[in-house]
Order: sequence, then C-alpha cells, then structure tokens
Amino acid sequence: MAKKPQLAIDTRPWRDPKAKPFVRIRNVTKKFGDVSAVHDVSLDIYKSELFCLLGGSGSGKSTLLRMLAGFETPTSGTIEIDGQDMTQVAPYNRPVNMMFQSYALFPHMNVEQNIAYGLKRDGLPKAEISARVAELLALVKLQDYGARKPHQLSGGQRQRVALARALAKRPKLLLLDEPLGALDKKLREETQFELVKIQETLGVTFIVVTHDQEEAMSLATRIGVMNQGEIAMIGEPTDIYEFPNSKFVANFIGSANMVEGVVTEDEPDHVRIRSDELGCDIHVGHGVDCAPDQILWWAIRPEKLHLSRDKPAGIHGANVTRGMVEDIGYLGDMSVYQVLLDSGMRLRVTQTNTVRGNPDAITWDEQVYVTWGDTSGSVLTV
Amino acid sequence: MRRGWFLPIAASLGFAFLYAPIVSLVIFSFNESKLVTVWSGFSTKWYGELFSDPQLLGAAWLSLQIAAISASIALVLGTLAAVALVRFRRFKGRTLFSGMVSAPLVMPDVITGLALLLLFVAMESTLGWPQGRGMLTIVIAHATFCTAYVCVVVQSRLSDFDRSLEEAAMDLGASPLRTFFDITLPIIAPALVSGWLLGFTLSLDDLVIASFVSGPGSSTLPMVIFSKVKLGVSPDVNALATIIIAIVALGVLAATILQLRARPKRARG
Repeated sequence: MAKKPQLAIDTRPWRDPKAKPFVRIRNVTKKFGDVSAVHDVSLDIYKSELFCLLGGSGSGKSTLLRMLAGFETPTSGTIEIDGQDMTQVAPYNRPVNMMFQSYALFPHMNVEQNIAYGLKRDGLPKAEISARVAELLALVKLQDYGARKPHQLSGGQRQRVALARALAKRPKLLLLDEPLGALDKKLREETQFELVKIQETLGVTFIVVTHDQEEAMSLATRIGVMNQGEIAMIGEPTDIYEFPNSKFVANFIGSANMVEGVVTEDEPDHVRIRSDELGCDIHVGHGVDCAPDQILWWAIRPEKLHLSRDKPAGIHGANVTRGMVEDIGYLGDMSVYQVLLDSGMRLRVTQTNTVRGNPDAITWDEQVYVTWGDTSGSVLTV
Repeated sequence: MRRGWFLPIAASLGFAFLYAPIVSLVIFSFNESKLVTVWSGFSTKWYGELFSDPQLLGAAWLSLQIAAISASIALVLGTLAAVALVRFRRFKGRTLFSGMVSAPLVMPDVITGLALLLLFVAMESTLGWPQGRGMLTIVIAHATFCTAYVCVVVQSRLSDFDRSLEEAAMDLGASPLRTFFDITLPIIAPALVSGWLLGFTLSLDDLVIASFVSGPGSSTLPMVIFSKVKLGVSPDVNALATIIIAIVALGVLAATILQLRARPKRARG
C-alpha cells in the first residue's frame, strides 16, 4: 500500500499565503443570453482538498462545475488547473473527470465496460485495463457486480460505479455534481464517510457541488457558499457556521435568530447594541468595525441561547431578555423552543435533552429568561 | 368476479373485423377455381402460376429495392433533421423547419405525387436530370415522405436521451465523433430500426405517389396489383399476398420473441 498522501485537511494550505493553489479560477463570468449564471467568481482550491460549492438552485454552482469540466466556456475570466490554462481546452483533453448527478452510466454497457471506457480511450493495454478495473471494483466494494448492467443495480451501487468510473483515469481533479443527491438519508450518511475515506486514501482533489448544507459541513475541508452567481463566503465549515460574514450566509447555513439593532457604544474591546426587537441591549465582547448610531444586524444560533426560570445576572446589564414559551418541538436528542418576546418577536432556542424524561423541564406557556454569552452572536453589517 | 359475456364478444367481433378479410384472402389463395369468390377445391397451383409470372415477380423485386433504398435515405436525412430539432433548441427558423419537416405527414398523397411529378418534369427540361421517370424518381419521392416519419420517431427517442451520457463519454476522453458512435448510436438504435422499418413499409405500401412519378417499365407491386384487379382479380395475387403476410407475420413474431427474451433481464434488477 502506498504511503498515505499528504492531505490538505492536515496542512490547511489556504492559511499559508505562499501556498500555490492547484485550481485557480480568476474573475470567471458566464452569461446565458443576458442572464449571468456566474458573476466574477475568483476562487483558489489547493491540492488534495475536498472543496464544497454550496448553494441553492440557480446559484451558479453547477455552471461553475461545468466550466471546470469543460462543458461550458466562460464568457470572461480564466481557469487554471495545475498551472495550465484550461479555459479553452475541450472536455476530452482535460486532466479532470466528473461524476454526474444522474450518474450517466452507459446503459448498454456492463459495470466493467463502464469503468473501462475511459481507460480504453487512453489506449491502455488490455491486461492493464482489467487490472485497473478490478482494483477500482475492490475500492468501491463491487467485486461481484462487474458483469451486471446498470439497470440491475440499486441506487447506491450505481453511485459507486459512477465514482469508480470517474476515478479510473486517475484524474488530478475530480468534480462531483450532487454525488449523494439521489440516495436516501440513511445510505447518504454512510456513503458520505466512504467518500471522504476514498478521497483521503487517494489524495485526489475533489470539488463537490451540493445544495445540502449538512453534506457540505461533514464532507468539506472548505466550503464556498454561492448566491446568485457570486461567492458569498469561502471558509472552513466552522468559519461558515460560527462566523458568517453576511445575513445571507447566516440564514442559509443552519438556522439563526436575527435582530436589527443600533450601535450605542463602540469601543476597541467591546460594542453595545440596542435592539428594540429583542427588548434589551446586546453586549458584544470584542471590537467590531462599525460606527456609533450605525444600524446593523446581530445573529445568534439557537443552541447558543440558554433558557432559565430565574433571572440570570447578564453581562453589564445586557444579554438578558424575557418571553413566554409558545411552542416546543421535541426531536429526541434535543428540543426546539419557540419563545415569544414582549416585542412580538419569536426566538428559536434549542436545549439538549440530557436528562431522560425530565419532569422539571420548561414547558408550554411558562415565562422564561433567555440569555447568551458576549461572544456567542455575530455582528453583521451586510 | 364473474366475467360478463360482453367483453369476449366485443373482442371477437373486433378481431373478426380486422382479420376476416385477411383470413379469407389466405383461404382463397388455395382455391382451385379461377373465380376468386367461388370455392371449388384445394390447390396450390396459383403459387406455381405466381412464380412463373415475371411481371408480378419483377414488380415485387422492384418494390423491395425501392423500399430498402428510400428507407435508408430517409433514415439518414430524418435522423439529421431530428438531431437538429432536438439538440439545437434555438436557431433561426426552427419553427418553420419543424413545420416543414412534418408537413409531408399531413399532405394528401395526391398533392405530393402531383407536385413531385411537376418538379421532375421541370427539372428534366431545365437541368436534364433526372432523365425520364422510373425507379430513381420513385426512390426520391418515397424518401421525401419517409424522412418525415423517421424524423418524428427519432425525435421522440432523442428528446428522452440524457445528454449527460454524452458528456460523460467526452469527460472520459472520447472525441465528439467517437461519442456519437459509442454512446449515442447504440442508445437511439431501436428508434433508428423502427424508423427504417416504418419507412420501408410505407414505401412498399404506396400506390398513389408511385403512380404519379413512375415511368414505363417501372411499375411497383401495388401498381401492378391494382391494375390487375381492375381487369378482375386473379387468384395468383391472393397467393402473392399470402406470401407477404407470412413474411410479415414471421417478422413480427421474431421481434416479439426477441423482446420477451430481453425483458426478464430487466425485471431481475
């Protein structure tokens, strides 16, 4: 077995300003008629990364992927792969392979012929092809299925054949369009980890397009969130979740309580924001790039809020508000509380159910205090 | 549930309506008598008569040739038209093109035949080609209307076609031409076969258009039969018809068996 390749997830090359990117997308715009599907996107992806492009439908993520594969030509901008300009290169001449959302398995060929197709196009000797096919079938655990036709396979098996076929030519870069989209939830979770394992064993650079944020969070070394043809944010999963850079990202990833507020104190080490919606002041324990009297937004994740019956101390007389439990959603591992504040705003609070069948749990129509830490929320200006 | 008597009777009447003429034709092909409608005893003499009738055999051979050639020409042209219509969603005059391609489907044969005849005559007097009318002009005429049918059949198959299959082949290193032969052609092959067969049948069947554009010495089978019937039906035509029916029935049977063999594989998945 070959030495474990050096992985981007361990070295985090994107944190090193001198690291050389493997894929370099520069100012790429793609227009279909007057509509721009992708607008001025610049993106660096490093070797052996598992990069996720995350976005809703029509966000331009698939168009960007198709430009990397060569099925679309950018209207302007350049795409470099491994130091070579690939902008005008035809798909069949690129060191790139793609796994399609529909899998696109050739229906008139069996599993082995499907996997061997790319190798045959390279004119490899027969013995080498069959050895490579056997190796790939073992990788995706389909050794006994080589002679089957695609229609004789289950959805999960087809997905694995598609992956094996895309990996057959040892591409420098593998593009995956919604690789788990057609699988049911349980299978998706298993396959997710298998995919990461395969990526880590081979050390191939993966770019995955997905609309499923959970998938992106658990797969990716880094995520690029796309919105209306532009990149809204690039970062590691924790950055994207904990430190969103805009209202869009905060709302798109996970759920967030968002309030509008006015800056009343702007100091280098803390900021105070008055929020009428929240019915209290927000004390933020770090400096923020803003000005007094500026209107901005503050977002906090439901699990960062705490509920209590007794009034907590708060921080400098802030970060405590009061409301009534309007609804409780019991999810087993946790419960989602909907708290109606005096201002009429509703906060979403999640509490982990650590005690089994807790008789003392906060229940419907109770008056409760909601509190949070001074670094738990994000101050957003856009 | 008890089955009623209505459905079996309706079905029998329906089948009788469709097949009684054919059955009587087959029976009377073995009739002794020269009179087609009077049964006088079993005989195969009309089959012998048929094989010694060079006019009928020649016409049948000509018809088969014309049908094969014009179906093949129509297959190429119709497929190209279908590809243009399905693959290039937006081009100038697409609506016009699509209408023009399918117009021969609804055009009365008489008008098509007359128009083609006038065209051939005009071309001969101005260009000197085609010289006279005969097999060539019939082939051209049949190819024109068969193209429309092939185009419709192939078009429907192509619009179900998942384009990512072709993209996958190109992604794996196949040039566009290679992709067409490796992926596209095998997948649309059933449509091509049925398009060709449809064209072949239509051409074999055609009387009206062929009558307009044929010349001396190039009478197709339907034309010969039709002219014979005008002078009174002779039993050897029945014999010929029986042979054709037998061939068609065998063809259909073979196709069905092939399909049935292919199906269990699919069900196993």
